[in-house]
Amino acid sequence: MIESKAAAAIDRAKAQGRAALIGYLPAGYPDVQASIDAGIALARNGADIIEIGIPYSDPVMDGPVIQAATTEALANGFRVASVFDVVKGITDATDAAVVVMTYWNPVMRMGVDEFSRRLAEAGGAGLVTPDLIPDEAAEWIAASDKYSLDRIFLVAPSSSPERLAMTVAASRGFVYAVSVMGVTGARGQVSNVAESLVAATHDAGAERVCVGLGVSRAEHVREIAAYADGVIVGSALVSALRDGGVPAVEALTQELSAGFTPVA
Amino acid sequence: MAEDAAQNPGQNAEGILDGDPAESFLSQYGHLRHAEGPYFGEYGGRWMPESLIAALDELEDTFTKAKADPDFLAEIAELNKNYSGRPSLLTEAKRFSEHAGGVRVFLKREDLNHTGSHKINNVLGQALLAKRMGKTRVIAETGAGQHGVASATAAALLGLECVVYMGAEDCRRQSLNVARMQLLGATVIPVTNGSQTLKDAINEALRDWVTNVDHTHYLLGTAAGAHPFPAMVRFFHEVIGEETREQILAQTGRLPDAVCACIGGGSNAIGIFHGFLDDPGVAIYGFEAGGDGVETGRHAATITLGRPGVLHGARSYLMQDEDGQTVESHSISAGLDYPGVGPEHSYLHDIGRVTYEPITDTEAMDAFKLLSQTEGIIPAIESSHALAGAIKVGRRLAEGVADPSELIVIVNLSGRGDKDVQTAADWFGMLDEDGNVRGTTLSTRHSAAGEEKKA
Repeated sequence: MIESKAAAAIDRAKAQGRAALIGYLPAGYPDVQASIDAGIALARNGADIIEIGIPYSDPVMDGPVIQAATTEALANGFRVASVFDVVKGITDATDAAVVVMTYWNPVMRMGVDEFSRRLAEAGGAGLVTPDLIPDEAAEWIAASDKYSLDRIFLVAPSSSPERLAMTVAASRGFVYAVSVMGVTGARGQVSNVAESLVAATHDAGAERVCVGLGVSRAEHVREIAAYADGVIVGSALVSALRDGGVPAVEALTQELSAGFTPVA
Repeated sequence: MAEDAAQNPGQNAEGILDGDPAESFLSQYGHLRHAEGPYFGEYGGRWMPESLIAALDELEDTFTKAKADPDFLAEIAELNKNYSGRPSLLTEAKRFSEHAGGVRVFLKREDLNHTGSHKINNVLGQALLAKRMGKTRVIAETGAGQHGVASATAAALLGLECVVYMGAEDCRRQSLNVARMQLLGATVIPVTNGSQTLKDAINEALRDWVTNVDHTHYLLGTAAGAHPFPAMVRFFHEVIGEETREQILAQTGRLPDAVCACIGGGSNAIGIFHGFLDDPGVAIYGFEAGGDGVETGRHAATITLGRPGVLHGARSYLMQDEDGQTVESHSISAGLDYPGVGPEHSYLHDIGRVTYEPITDTEAMDAFKLLSQTEGIIPAIESSHALAGAIKVGRRLAEGVADPSELIVIVNLSGRGDKDVQTAADWFGMLDEDGNVRGTTLSTRHSAAGEEKKA
């Protein structure tokens, strides 16, 4: 039985009577060291899992904020292998589980086995794969078993019951439920389809389901924490890092994790 | 049947040239026509976000039922005939042939279709499918503007809302086509991300699709992307190859020695190739955009220099760097300026059925001028790559042949060059420093009138 680092992090939060907070930041933004510092700040201020994105030339699932950040990281010379330094830098300094979010071509280019080996060596927990569905993932499933990595596939409001069951069965760590049909980016409200998607994913056999896309405020966190095992925040953190550096990330993480404390 | 007489000189009764390498591919791979996907060898598939899988499933289901539905096929045939003007002609280019080693060159005149290119074949089919799925809005990407114009046309004809994503750089290069789309009632959204060309327009269209998929169909313009797009887009373009095959048999009594087409994503090419894939005596050539020359790094020769990867939903050859980041492509032709290629082409390359070669901007523009001045046909710059390739193929075939006029080369003339007149005038130095055509600004009357207007 493979021990899942991401599942363990969610279970630790659960033991404290709350959902897990998962914070996303891109590797290499604004540079490699700054992204390590920001990841550490996330972990020390309440995030249970750190999701590190690999900047990619064609990020079709990302909205304007993350696109701008990853484009800048690439313009500053970000290289894919640096993601392992970011993962190691954060895991060495904190207890957080670190997962990497990546479009599939950079992994394919390095070699799925080679990428997986290096990720495991750096202490990474696994991968979130926005453009890889289990149907195409035979090579990744083999490598993630070999190196004991989590496979975090996505489910969507449009997923059929059959696809939910298949995706849940292929996942390890947690299942990433996208709250809306769309791309990443802060939204005023979290769609109410998220709750029914989480319920359906649980019914399909998932032990841990975390909700992402459009989650930017403590009130969203509170709302989602009532029915999901974890809450994923991305663009709002990237905006904070862009506008206020690491201190702004610390402040927003504290504010978001306050969402778990029931309002008196 | 006419096909019984369809033997090349030197072919045996089965139509197979003795010792021809084509024989081995057929015995090894069987029939290549009508490949259904999702995989073409190790290429193709669905490398897409889960959010879009339901829409791809729905599209595949709708398409599978439609192509088995006589009513749908009749609807397509009727539109092809009475709206697009099919069948398009097969024209022998006698004066142009003299420059291609003296072989007989025939042009498949997709430039004569309504909207001026092959793109209309695919958009009518997909727009009909969109209606079958109850979708009210179509989105499209465009490079040169040909697919955008075709999409806007189909949307107008069938009463669908249409939004076209176009790289800001391409909007500049093809501003006349932007106006055409707007006149047809479409909304054109310039894309300022990345290289501001076709690949970035596709990214933006995919973001729109994932957000609006419940009422929107993504009318992808080339035989690339996630399944079922490559096989479906080819299906709607197969009419090119079918007509060409019949026409060359009717006009010459035999199959050609070679078929040539240009390759961006590869939709016009796969359409004409399809008619001849299972004819081992027919050599097939795809010509990629060599830009400034493949040795300069400024090109769009995906198969020639790329390596397999995933982009926009399919595994295929891809121009990418050591990190798997997509490399920006370069070509004088906006329609070929794409760092990917359809997965069926990757497969046909790997098994050796089709030969893919780069053509530089200079070679393409020389062919552009040559066809204009020998045949009175101004070709699209995209298609000029196929013409330049045909010149090379013709000369190669003619080597050591006593009578080259017994050899036949067909070129898919995928589009007309009206949209490229500005680019060509610039290329050939016909413009002055103000961008006006030299010799047209001698009159003082017009400029005076202009001054009056401004005043």
